[in-house]
Amino acid sequence: MAAIADTPVLYVRTAPAAKLPPPAAGSGFIGWLRVNLFATPGNAILTLACVALIAWAVPPLIRFLFIDAVWSGPNREVCLASPAHPEPGACWAFVRVWLSYFLYGFYPIAERWRVDVFFAALALGIAWLGSISAPRRDLGAVYFFIVLPVLSFVLLYGLPAIGLAAVPTNLWGGVLVTIVVAAVGIVASLPIGILLALGRRSELPVVRWLAIGFIEFVRGVPLITVLFMASVMLPLFVPQRLEPDKLLRALIGVALFASAYMAEVVRGGLAGVPRGQYEAARALALTYWRMMGLVILPQALQVTLPNIVNTFIGLFKDTTLVFVVGIFDLLRTIEAARGDPKWATPVTAGTGYAFAALFYFIFCYGMSRYARGVEARLSRGGRR
Amino acid sequence: MRAGRIALQALLAVIVGGLIYGAFINAADNLARAHISSGFGFWNNSAGFDISQTLIPYSAGISTFGRAFWVGLLNTLLVAALGVVLATLLGFTIGVARLSRNWLVARLAGGYVELIRNVPLLLQLLFWYNAVLKSLPELRDSIVLPLGGFLNNRGLFLPRPVFAPGFGAVGAALFVGILAAIVLHVWARRRRERTAAPIPVGWWMAALIVGLPLAGFALAGFPVAFEWPQMSRFNVIGGLEILPEFAALVLALSVYTAAFIAEVVRAGILAVAPGQTEAAQALGLRSGATLRLIVVPQAMRVIVPPLTSQYLNLTKNSSLAVAIGYPDLVQVFAGSVLNITGQAVEVIAITMAVYLTISLVTSLLMNLYARMTAIVER
Amino acid sequence: MKRIATALSIAMLLAFFAQTAWAQTLQTVKQRGQLICGANGTLAGFGLPDPQGHWTGFDVDFCRAIAAAIFNDPSKVKFVPLTPANRFTALQSGEVDVLSRNTTWTMSRDTTLGLDFAAVTFFDGQGFMVHKSLKVSSALELNGASVCVQQGTTTELNLADYFRSHHMALKTVTFATADEAIKAYDSGRCDSYTTDSSGLHGERLRLTNPNDNIVLPEIISKEPLAPAVRQGDDSWEDLVRWTHYAMLDAEELGVTKSNVDDELKSANPEIRRLLGVEGQFGQSLGLTNDWAYRIIKYIGNYGESFDRNVGEGSPLKIARGLNALWTKGGLQYGLPIR
Repeated sequence: MAAIADTPVLYVRTAPAAKLPPPAAGSGFIGWLRVNLFATPGNAILTLACVALIAWAVPPLIRFLFIDAVWSGPNREVCLASPAHPEPGACWAFVRVWLSYFLYGFYPIAERWRVDVFFAALALGIAWLGSISAPRRDLGAVYFFIVLPVLSFVLLYGLPAIGLAAVPTNLWGGVLVTIVVAAVGIVASLPIGILLALGRRSELPVVRWLAIGFIEFVRGVPLITVLFMASVMLPLFVPQRLEPDKLLRALIGVALFASAYMAEVVRGGLAGVPRGQYEAARALALTYWRMMGLVILPQALQVTLPNIVNTFIGLFKDTTLVFVVGIFDLLRTIEAARGDPKWATPVTAGTGYAFAALFYFIFCYGMSRYARGVEARLSRGGRR
Repeated sequence: MRAGRIALQALLAVIVGGLIYGAFINAADNLARAHISSGFGFWNNSAGFDISQTLIPYSAGISTFGRAFWVGLLNTLLVAALGVVLATLLGFTIGVARLSRNWLVARLAGGYVELIRNVPLLLQLLFWYNAVLKSLPELRDSIVLPLGGFLNNRGLFLPRPVFAPGFGAVGAALFVGILAAIVLHVWARRRRERTAAPIPVGWWMAALIVGLPLAGFALAGFPVAFEWPQMSRFNVIGGLEILPEFAALVLALSVYTAAFIAEVVRAGILAVAPGQTEAAQALGLRSGATLRLIVVPQAMRVIVPPLTSQYLNLTKNSSLAVAIGYPDLVQVFAGSVLNITGQAVEVIAITMAVYLTISLVTSLLMNLYARMTAIVER
Repeated sequence: MKRIATALSIAMLLAFFAQTAWAQTLQTVKQRGQLICGANGTLAGFGLPDPQGHWTGFDVDFCRAIAAAIFNDPSKVKFVPLTPANRFTALQSGEVDVLSRNTTWTMSRDTTLGLDFAAVTFFDGQGFMVHKSLKVSSALELNGASVCVQQGTTTELNLADYFRSHHMALKTVTFATADEAIKAYDSGRCDSYTTDSSGLHGERLRLTNPNDNIVLPEIISKEPLAPAVRQGDDSWEDLVRWTHYAMLDAEELGVTKSNVDDELKSANPEIRRLLGVEGQFGQSLGLTNDWAYRIIKYIGNYGESFDRNVGEGSPLKIARGLNALWTKGGLQYGLPIR
């Protein structure tokens, strides 16, 4: 040791360096501004550009949506430019007048309570299954995947035997149809998707190739063509007396489409389960279905839950495409109402779209927040 | 056990085969009984309808349904190609901006991604088309652009360059310039690898690529003329016409897809271990060089596969054209042609086959790329 | 056990696919207790539901007339709104029993689409609507104009033909639905909108400022609109055809909704045969002999339906024109019931 200490070390200072000034304050409001907004000249220019962008875009938007908006009125006169109101904003009066049509379509007014009950039952199911700390989630799953579909069908379509008049699906419309298409897509795509994913990872070649063929085919074509096929070709493929309902055909198309995407998400989850889990389950002499049902799938689905929710978000947005087969979902009802000459103004389209955007944003953003929450929770668990 | 497996598979094959067979028999039966003609004989029949945007010569009277198919397909590819370029530019910018140390920039980019990703594409498309582009001034109040263009609610009309025969020289010069630039680049890299001395050749390359064609252009005597758009009684005539349907579709597709690409880019950059950046900085690389030389090459390997699938999504989503009347493949072929011929099965099958081919070819290329980058990996 | 069940279900599936029921339509309709009618859904005067879901229109009344003849109840109809894109497949596949949706009877549709047209209920022709501000008074002045049109219709083909044969330049802007096409026209995207002239009158009322638009006088095509049925069920086709002629005969004979009960006592043999007082004409259609009486009682004769839905009694105010009775210079000619 001593030998080393004795050797003169040329690159080590012998005298203390001059004191540096203290670093710029990184705390406090000014300090925060300096670090986050004005760190370098280039950064400062960027910040100013952003401020300019916000100043250019946001105030007119707020003026349009709130300050200059027209909240009530009998017809388009209130939303047209007038000397007292030179630049009319959003015509919310139009949305208010048409709101019940946007929500229910042509669903008979006397029966609309059934739709409300359906919405409530669906919300209960989602809350039960969605919150990880809810009690008896196994019962929740039974409710969501078995009880709810039957209940919804009876409620919405009607069952004259118990006094609920039949409401043919061509009267359904608006948010009701959007929710029904999304809900059916979700409820159907998860089980079918799981089966397809298992099929794709199966050791049986026939099963595997059928699953691969289906998944790759559906994922390779646009949803519009799948819907076209369901609406135009399905009736030719089945006997005449089946007469599949128009909405049902679209639902079949959406369910098949969503299943293929779900299958890939589930497959990702399955790939994330360590081999040891399979081997341990086999060692316990579990059959294939018990192994999958009791050991593998619960883990795989848990891991991939955020991706599943993301697929649901995509599905929810895709429900708007049912317009190609002439089904009146929310967006289609807005398009239809826009054609009403009583409300034809330059701002009608913008208002209708703002309303629709708000609706879709609330649902999709809510779902994506939920997915992120679950992800954070899972990664906390994983770090343990 | 083994026999059971085989039996199960055989059973499944029989079920699926039976279903397909049943559907075919049923369809053939239904069609035959209903006296609907079938087969692809319609392909060479005269189409008789007009199309608003055609990249290849097409006329309602002479052209066939087959020609209409190609017109639609080319329009789809045009939208997809332009959309991919714009979405990539916008998406990379926003993805990088989301990771910016500038709080405001990161927040704005984050807001963009959240807003765009959570609103359906169809709604955005209708918004661009009906709320934005239709509120442009009418024909008679057209905005006159500098250099003789017009902008109104019927589209954007620009001067169209008409190339004289001598223009081939310019193309040749451009080709030579690009070739020379590549040679220069390779030489510079070899030299740098040998001597470790960086040679800044960027400006030289730019000069070669831009300067040579310009010189050729001047030498050939400026062989280009412009066809100016003219205001006529009903329409703007002549010039390069950009339909509002086309513009709305490209805008909506690239704005929407950019949000997804931004997420892909962000995830790719985050996937590069922070130690890589720190090591680069410790070696004294500036942050631009760190990004260009260290982070991006590694991130690209993570980015490219999901990026390709976003490109495919964009291509498939271009079929939403049908909602605003842009003549893409679905609108022209699965719309007009299907309605006029009534041959749903054949038309839908062809349409699906086209998209399927695009998808499969792209995934094939993707797999090739993955294999190539995998070899490079050390 | 499970295996056997699966095998059984497959066998059933296959059996199910093998037998295709292309049954007698009238039988099916009677068993179902309801007629299913493919209608327009967006065209005022011809087929349009109001916000309560109650359908009205000329084509709609025709289906109600069939229901009245079969069930003695004009409300036993379910209307399915169809687009030009899916109307023929809906009929071919059996989703609807009759297609009553302002559909043009053309040779190619008659011969290749597996359907038969019953009778021309409305003689129509394609016309143009333009913005008044263009100061155009004839379609021949539209050289270079852009025209909004709905795709997949004969309209789209006629438009191209017309401009081609008059050596005029044309810019078409094609939309999937009439709704989008008319909205685009209204917003100034096109100079002109074209469709059947009956439709033009109805659509004009839905524009922002109906009075700023005019319908040009030229009619550029023959558009005989006819209800269609599936090919191969001749007795059903007869029923649909004679529903129309019964309404026409009633107008020729002066039998109306209000006087039909009195006319039962008429001595005129033609009226007696029409209303089923004499002869077995209803039974030969598979109905009761008072079939035409029911139609007139509930729906009225042809003229009444026309006036109420599209003529002077409606906002559309379309003149009878070609659709006047042959005795009044039109083309509607009731065939004799005997």
